[in-house]
Amino acid sequence: MQLETFLETSVQRHPGKTALVCGDRRWTYAELEADCNRLAHALIAAGIQRGDRIALCLDNSYEAVVAVFAVLKAGAVFMPVNPTTKSEKLAYVLGNSRAAALIASSRKLAELGDEWRNSIHVGLTIAVGAAGRGVGVLGWNDLLQRHAADTAAPAKRAIDIDLAALIYTSGSTGNPKGVMLTHLNMVSAAGSITTYLENRAEDIILNVLPLSFDYGLYQVLMAMKFGGTVVLERSFAFPHAVLQKLVAERVTGLPLVPTMAAILLQMDLGRYDLSALRYVTNTGAALPTDHILRIRDLLPHVTIYSMYGLTECKRVSYLPPEQIDVRPGSVGKGMPNEEVYLVDEEGRRLGPGATGELVVRGSNVMKGYWELPEETDRRLKPGPLPGEKVLYTGDLFRSDADGYLYFVGRKDDIIKTRGEKVSPKEVENALYSHPEVVEAAVVAMPDAILGQAIRAVVARSKESRLTERELLRHCAARLEDFMVPQIIEFRDLLPKSGNGKIDKRQLLETSA
Amino acid sequence: MTPLESIRGFVQDNFLFGEEITFSDDASLLEQGLIDSTGVLELVAFLEEQFGIAVEDEELAPENLDSIDNLMLFIERKTPACTSGAPA
Repeated sequence: MQLETFLETSVQRHPGKTALVCGDRRWTYAELEADCNRLAHALIAAGIQRGDRIALCLDNSYEAVVAVFAVLKAGAVFMPVNPTTKSEKLAYVLGNSRAAALIASSRKLAELGDEWRNSIHVGLTIAVGAAGRGVGVLGWNDLLQRHAADTAAPAKRAIDIDLAALIYTSGSTGNPKGVMLTHLNMVSAAGSITTYLENRAEDIILNVLPLSFDYGLYQVLMAMKFGGTVVLERSFAFPHAVLQKLVAERVTGLPLVPTMAAILLQMDLGRYDLSALRYVTNTGAALPTDHILRIRDLLPHVTIYSMYGLTECKRVSYLPPEQIDVRPGSVGKGMPNEEVYLVDEEGRRLGPGATGELVVRGSNVMKGYWELPEETDRRLKPGPLPGEKVLYTGDLFRSDADGYLYFVGRKDDIIKTRGEKVSPKEVENALYSHPEVVEAAVVAMPDAILGQAIRAVVARSKESRLTERELLRHCAARLEDFMVPQIIEFRDLLPKSGNGKIDKRQLLETSA
Repeated sequence: MTPLESIRGFVQDNFLFGEEITFSDDASLLEQGLIDSTGVLELVAFLEEQFGIAVEDEELAPENLDSIDNLMLFIERKTPACTSGAPA
């Protein structure tokens, strides 16, 4: 089965049901399906081939949802890109994937500029939005109008083991890596998740997480699968407005990351009628036990699902809700149709009570990193059956006597801030690109709201009068917003270890 | 420093890292990707400190916070004396 079949099946069942609510507009399954088909035909007519990669650099919006399904229906591969991605990284991702097309807002394209667009070799650019477009850019509305009559789905060109999505993720080497996900990977993951969440057609999900993040993306994919409704919001910047929406739409499911939970817990939730809310989920980073207990106290009727996963396999585990009061610090056990175990340094399976690296086996495991065979081999290792690969997560866990998992730490030094992965190396590269930065080291520091905050320690060149603010601006122009350091400390010298390399451990011990 | 200068200064320092403001006072900060949940928290802390007001949960809304114009109107509503320029 292919991913877009979720939508195609649901539209047969209840074409007149609301599929998506965005701002003050709503669309039925039939309306959504029609636009997805129109855009799919437009893509094919514009020359998109089976397997072509198409980058989607859009805010959470109706168009973002249409774009995902249209690309799939055209037999191509969608690449969801965070809309705050800056020019250099966007160019990298487009070049690395040899993307055939880019769909972005007019505003984003204007920000990137014509010179940038000429420097990247993308054959097709589609602009969403009313603002003036550049030369050689097709307008979204024009395309849909041109194909207004093409409301039937195009013939399928892909099969389930073909790629459906390419999702770039930060790694410790500095350059982002493209996680290759097939239709089978994603359909399997969606099936497992909707099973343990006990999703039903009556569920109404409010998603404020970016669609460029698989956690946010899947809210839409899964809702199309179970035939529910998605209320799509762009940001949690104005929590009161989001909560009002939640109340007005009688939302039943709310996916959270710890940052959102922390903000919610600072508000007076008693003011809002949250009686329709059935469940909340958390992943991206561990929800502090204290926050879990407070949510249990404030919203006793709401089921909490504490979960863990990674882009490379979408999701790994969930804590059965009845365990939340027993072991709130655990992220549970493997989800349905998946096998999960811990291994020691030699790759030998460990029993309960031990600490080791978490390994995942199942149809949800990625095919690998795009054109990075060595990196892929480091994470995907042979499994029990011939030709099979299992995923080494790079995360350390311990299991208790009953086999429930507890996160211990990363094997590498990835920072988790606002639920997003940040590679210190990537931030350091941005810092080093400033001519007056001689040394830079990026480490994590605990933060009540962010989970971890990004702390940069920098040595400037002699005579440099570079300020923290100027350097932050330099970073903001190169990195996504969640990757910009919260603090920059200037020092004359960074501490070194015996072999002359910057010693991050010493930096962690001597915080400002 | 007038309230308007103070607000523009905060936006410039915290959301633009010192770069000049090139957008109009009625432009949405959210639309421009300048503000997110942590940004709003910083903004609220600034308003409370700088203007001595208390921001309620339900006031955490775009109508009050999402543009320089809206911020000015919001502060005016919360502290009529200090923005009119005339004695209370």
